[in-house]
Amino acid sequence: MLKINNLHASVEDKAILKGINLEVKAGEVHAIMGPNGSGKSTLSSVIAGKEEYEVTEGEIFFDEENIEELSAEERAHKGIFLSFQYPVEIPGVSVTNFIKTAINETRKAKGLPDMPAKDMLKLIREKAELLEIDRKFLSRSLNQGFSGGEKKRNEIFQMAMLEPKLAILDETDSGLDIDALRIVASGVNKLKSKDNAVILITHYQRLLDYIVPDFVHVLYKGRIVKSGGKELAHELEEKGYDWIKEEVDA
Amino acid sequence: MDLKEKLVSSFMAFENKVDVDAPLHQIRNEAIKIFEAEGFPSKKDEAWKYTSLNSILKEDYSVFPKQENALEFSEAKSYMLHEMDTYKIIFIDGKYSSHLSQTTHDGFDICLMSSALNNPKYRLVIENYFNKVAEKDGLSSLNTAFATEGAYIHIKKNKLVNKPIQIIHFSTGSEEAVMLQPRNLIVVDENSHVQIIERHQSLTDNPVLTNSVTEIFANKRAIVDYYKLQNDNENATLIDNTFVNQKQESHCFVHTFSFGGKLVRNNLHFYQNGERIDSTLNGVTIIGKKQHVDHNTLVHHIEPNCESHQDYKGIFADKSTGVFNGRVIVNKEAQKTNAFQSNNNILLSDKATINSKPQLEIFADDVKCSHGCTIGQLDESAMFYMRSRGIPEKEAKALLMYAFTNNVLESVKIPEIKSRITKIIAEKLGVNLGFDL
Repeated sequence: MLKINNLHASVEDKAILKGINLEVKAGEVHAIMGPNGSGKSTLSSVIAGKEEYEVTEGEIFFDEENIEELSAEERAHKGIFLSFQYPVEIPGVSVTNFIKTAINETRKAKGLPDMPAKDMLKLIREKAELLEIDRKFLSRSLNQGFSGGEKKRNEIFQMAMLEPKLAILDETDSGLDIDALRIVASGVNKLKSKDNAVILITHYQRLLDYIVPDFVHVLYKGRIVKSGGKELAHELEEKGYDWIKEEVDA
Repeated sequence: MDLKEKLVSSFMAFENKVDVDAPLHQIRNEAIKIFEAEGFPSKKDEAWKYTSLNSILKEDYSVFPKQENALEFSEAKSYMLHEMDTYKIIFIDGKYSSHLSQTTHDGFDICLMSSALNNPKYRLVIENYFNKVAEKDGLSSLNTAFATEGAYIHIKKNKLVNKPIQIIHFSTGSEEAVMLQPRNLIVVDENSHVQIIERHQSLTDNPVLTNSVTEIFANKRAIVDYYKLQNDNENATLIDNTFVNQKQESHCFVHTFSFGGKLVRNNLHFYQNGERIDSTLNGVTIIGKKQHVDHNTLVHHIEPNCESHQDYKGIFADKSTGVFNGRVIVNKEAQKTNAFQSNNNILLSDKATINSKPQLEIFADDVKCSHGCTIGQLDESAMFYMRSRGIPEKEAKALLMYAFTNNVLESVKIPEIKSRITKIIAEKLGVNLGFDL
């Protein structure tokens, strides 16, 4: 589904990603871990198509198509979803209206008519239930005055509504208390299928107790320096990142 | 002959048409003298430093409407708030249209300036209020000299006006270029409450120059909620002079929405003559091409324990220019004043300009006054957030701009106006978001 070859990317002429190789197949869950500043968020932004980042070398294929020239919205229309570490506040636009716009713009891009209001409502109700989201929450302005946990839960709600093929969850666990974490994780697990894939970007192992990865990669200094199974995450939790840094820097 | 000479020389002819014995005669004469001495403002005047009328004054305007023009409801409808019940005072090329209007004398007077000026029944109100708060500068004086028509609204004591009042000035373009000088007088007595919507609309591309004066008197504990909707054609120029005199415990809100026109200048000046007064001045400006909108506000805190709130948002595209000059004066006696002012702007192009100038003159020592001004671009990370959800660039921009103006829109108390304005914003931004913002 996603194939990244020798990806180099920089922002304002500062090289951040220095040769990433990664392949994610349908049905898989990958965790990308690493110390602060290793390039984790950059990688997710580059996959999602943030314009400030310049790809200087390498390719990203999504469903066998090179997506380098596609805009962020075109990538979204193809089924790439990025859950933000810091979701943006949009006063005056309700959660419901925002997601309606996102869904109908995606449908428009695929040549489909707007989703009938009745179906939309039903879908919203269903997905809100899945994430234990209160009806009142849906009429609030998007992310405005939301707690950290509410913001993240809202991100996963949008993911549930958009049903992406590839979901990249960037530090979704940060700022979540244990109950919120459980709800978010069980939401993600319920949405997981053999046709979609998830990339979890995280600093800590905590989330991986709830969403179990098939593969764990360690990102350091813009490269994937180690890959393994879920046991690698436990090892990192126990030993921290220093031993990896030492191995690489040696 | 330039426009000034034309106006001064036509004053004689005009005077012969109106009743020279009326008490107004003297007021008019003094006013034309002021205009003769001061003329139109130029960029040399500090208050007009960023706004030039030169090219606008070059047109050969007809200064008196030559004929009465009719307008069918179907032609006027889209500019009116027709989805709700309102009183309407409608003018076509400066003349009253009884066909489109709905006035009343039942409990309060919602009618015409021309009848108020000529009917002895209203003489006392005219004597007490007419030209009493309007400034005596060149432009306002020019209006005073020629003032014959406009809205006359007098809400007597303890009345809640049951529906909003729309004041709309249409110009039909039946003449090549026309100058209009509407004059509105609004007196709201003790404990009364009124909502007013004002609009100037030209129906063709022929140049129109409107020099309007509105005097508002909010007496003790009165509430005045006023909306100015400025979305005129590209060849229309509006100079809106609005002066508000507030008495104790009155609340007056003026919202100015500026989306259209070639050039708009809003002189919006408040005088707080009493204690515990609240004045709110809010504005949203969204313009492009070579449009120009200039907000010149003044809040004069004269007595203690009053508040004023100013919140102006501007979005400027293409080569458009904006000016915000917000002046707050706090007299020595006006202790415990709370005066807040903020002016936030987004420039969408390198060629757009905003000149923002707060001017605080504080002579009291126990006050809370603040002002803030920002000029920026659209937030890139917010754009990426929306686009990564599949919302295309144009729609994402529109949502962000809407969010930027949201706190001003939230303060609009008539839902029909709010939805009308969000529709205009969506139209201006060229988007259809599939829901009412």
